[in-house]
Amino acid sequence: MVLININQLTQPPMEQVLNHTDQHYDPEASKLGMWLFIFTELLLFGGLFLIYSVYRYLNPEAFHLAAHELDTFIGAFNTIILLISSMTIAMSTSALQQKNKKLTIILIVTTFILALVFLVNKYFEWGIKFEHGIFPGSEHLINDFSQGEILFFGLYFVMTGLHALHIIAGMIIMIIALVKVQKEITNADRPVLLENAGLYWHLVDLIWIFLFPLFYLIH
Amino acid sequence: MQTAIHIPNDVSYLDYNGKYKGIFSWIFSTDHKRIALLYMFSMMVLFLVGATLGLAMKLELIAPGRTIMGPQSYNAMFTVHGVIMIFMIVIPGLAAVFGNFFLPIMIGAKDVAFPRVNLLSWYFYLTGALLVIASVLFGNGTPDTGWTFYAPYSFKTGTNLLPAIFGAFVLGFSSILTGLNFIVTIHRMRAPGMTWLKMPLFPWSLYATAWIQLLATPVIGITLVLVSLERIFGIGVFDPALGGDPILYQHLFWIYSHPAVYVMILPAMGVISEIIPTFSQKHIFGYRAIVVSSLAIAFVGYFVWGHHMFTSGMSGTAQYTFSLLTFLVAIPSAIKVFNWIATMHNGSLNMEAPFLWALSFIFVFMIGGLSGLVLGALATNVYVHDTQFVVAHFHFIVFGGVGFSFFGAIHYWFPKMFGRMYDKAWAKIGWIFFTIGFLTLYSPMFYLGMLGMPRRYYDYLPEFHAANILSTLGSWVMAFGIVIIIINLFRSAKNGPIAEMNPWHGKTLEWTVASPPPVENFENIPVYGENDGPYQY
Repeated sequence: MVLININQLTQPPMEQVLNHTDQHYDPEASKLGMWLFIFTELLLFGGLFLIYSVYRYLNPEAFHLAAHELDTFIGAFNTIILLISSMTIAMSTSALQQKNKKLTIILIVTTFILALVFLVNKYFEWGIKFEHGIFPGSEHLINDFSQGEILFFGLYFVMTGLHALHIIAGMIIMIIALVKVQKEITNADRPVLLENAGLYWHLVDLIWIFLFPLFYLIH
Repeated sequence: MQTAIHIPNDVSYLDYNGKYKGIFSWIFSTDHKRIALLYMFSMMVLFLVGATLGLAMKLELIAPGRTIMGPQSYNAMFTVHGVIMIFMIVIPGLAAVFGNFFLPIMIGAKDVAFPRVNLLSWYFYLTGALLVIASVLFGNGTPDTGWTFYAPYSFKTGTNLLPAIFGAFVLGFSSILTGLNFIVTIHRMRAPGMTWLKMPLFPWSLYATAWIQLLATPVIGITLVLVSLERIFGIGVFDPALGGDPILYQHLFWIYSHPAVYVMILPAMGVISEIIPTFSQKHIFGYRAIVVSSLAIAFVGYFVWGHHMFTSGMSGTAQYTFSLLTFLVAIPSAIKVFNWIATMHNGSLNMEAPFLWALSFIFVFMIGGLSGLVLGALATNVYVHDTQFVVAHFHFIVFGGVGFSFFGAIHYWFPKMFGRMYDKAWAKIGWIFFTIGFLTLYSPMFYLGMLGMPRRYYDYLPEFHAANILSTLGSWVMAFGIVIIIINLFRSAKNGPIAEMNPWHGKTLEWTVASPPPVENFENIPVYGENDGPYQY
């Protein structure tokens, strides 16, 4: 076995020796970690998609009827918003690589605002449902709807609700990325934090791309 | 590989406090070795709680009828015992303690890939544990559903179930983060020249385990979320009154919880694969076969969950398929046993405590595994389903597997972790008491199950009395063994003789660093050459 000096292997050498491994910077590792985390998120929603398909198979007519209660226009509008936000966050990464700090920040803020618009739409959409007495456990839902429709709305609220939580998590990550870009801790040489924020945001977008047709479009 | 010795850094991880003082230098430390000890001490406390509950249940069963508690207390006890032992001890156990401590050292790294995430996962662990304990201490009644939280009872029971479910969810998060960390560490931080097939077998087993943690845990996460929402809002997915299907809950629960069995047993097998070559002073027999069988167990383990539900209502086709797949998973497990035995063949055996633990692991694992085939076969499963036979089987596998390998691992690596040697004679005495107690405690349950004594009841028919007395006696002997082991280790950690750097003449990298290891593990990162490997005796 040969021994070589650690300083020849890792960057940056001085910090490594002084401050334990907190200073260890390996963008490949961070990316890999993010992808693995995305797998877990996909499986989290995977459980829900599984439940959805089982109950859709068992109650095709009820799911067909219940889907008419949803507003396809708001759903489509929100889909467009999320698609644009995915584009802006991707553009912010490119802007960072081109060392255009100002544009990077503008694009992150734009993404944040689009996320907020999505949530506001979602709020009104849910609000209308609540006004009509359609929410889990409501008397109207239990007395006047079939079991399949109850399941449809149960899943609708759980899945879009969990997705909304992910939107909020994504917004928090964007704030962190914004601060780090502002302080130039995340910069053209160390872009991985923003790239990972982008990956996460694409995941949130992707899940919605599946939720939208499952709840709004399939009739 | 030559036995090149590094010049150790001066400061061991036990002495280096960083920028904090006292307890903060532990609970804010991102050093993988300190985090490992944080896990170890938290687990020890929880294990003693869980074990006490187990002893109380065995005491209740010493005679038919009410002995020390009524049915509701008994239900609460097996629930909390199960939740603590499964979610807090055996699932994270070996990976969080010995994986954290030795994975980076064994692959020649200075730490895991994400040290702060590593600390965060301990905090998640602690939060989850406290939430479960809160469900016991506060609210109206300790959870009484069993650790499986089966629907629909889990949202019908009036007991304080929500904190327990949420606690299990948070513990899952901790498990996911540890798994994620280990996968990235193994991919990115192996020493130069350490190719995949030169990696020691304990890291290999952690790698297979980490993938299960990563890909199976989210499924139970979402399932537990749904049960909570069912309880709070009544969304209906598992509630037959609203059109939901409780059996779907069972499927989702076991899609995680069966692979979780392999999260428990794979690192245990990894530990045994380290101990046996060292104490036989021989290269491990069939290195590649052990690696492949670890991955095969992890893979096939995903597709056998249905064998927990043979009597729940499934089509005949599903039953045959799950039964067949269950038999398949026995093959890679048996391959490992053959390899361990073959490694010992013609070796120069060193009968120290770790090796004794490894040998007894193989013994109890074989009993547990073979009784698992009885349960995997459809005809016999229906006969012994939900009896004491099942309890005996999974205690042989889960407690036998993880317990024996955990004690084996602590006796194997103790001199490295604390720089001191334990009293070897007392270590063997502890092992004898534990092993005899273990076998006396659980073997009668096979017999009772065959006779038809159901599980999860505080009471039983008079004809089961004799075997139950024997079992309870066994629980006392085993508890005595645990006390001896813990006292011996605690005393030795403080006052034991200073240990050599490599007391067992092991060949893996952890034996090339000082005892206890320096803060940075390696001053010079080891480099593997063409002909180097982990077990070259």
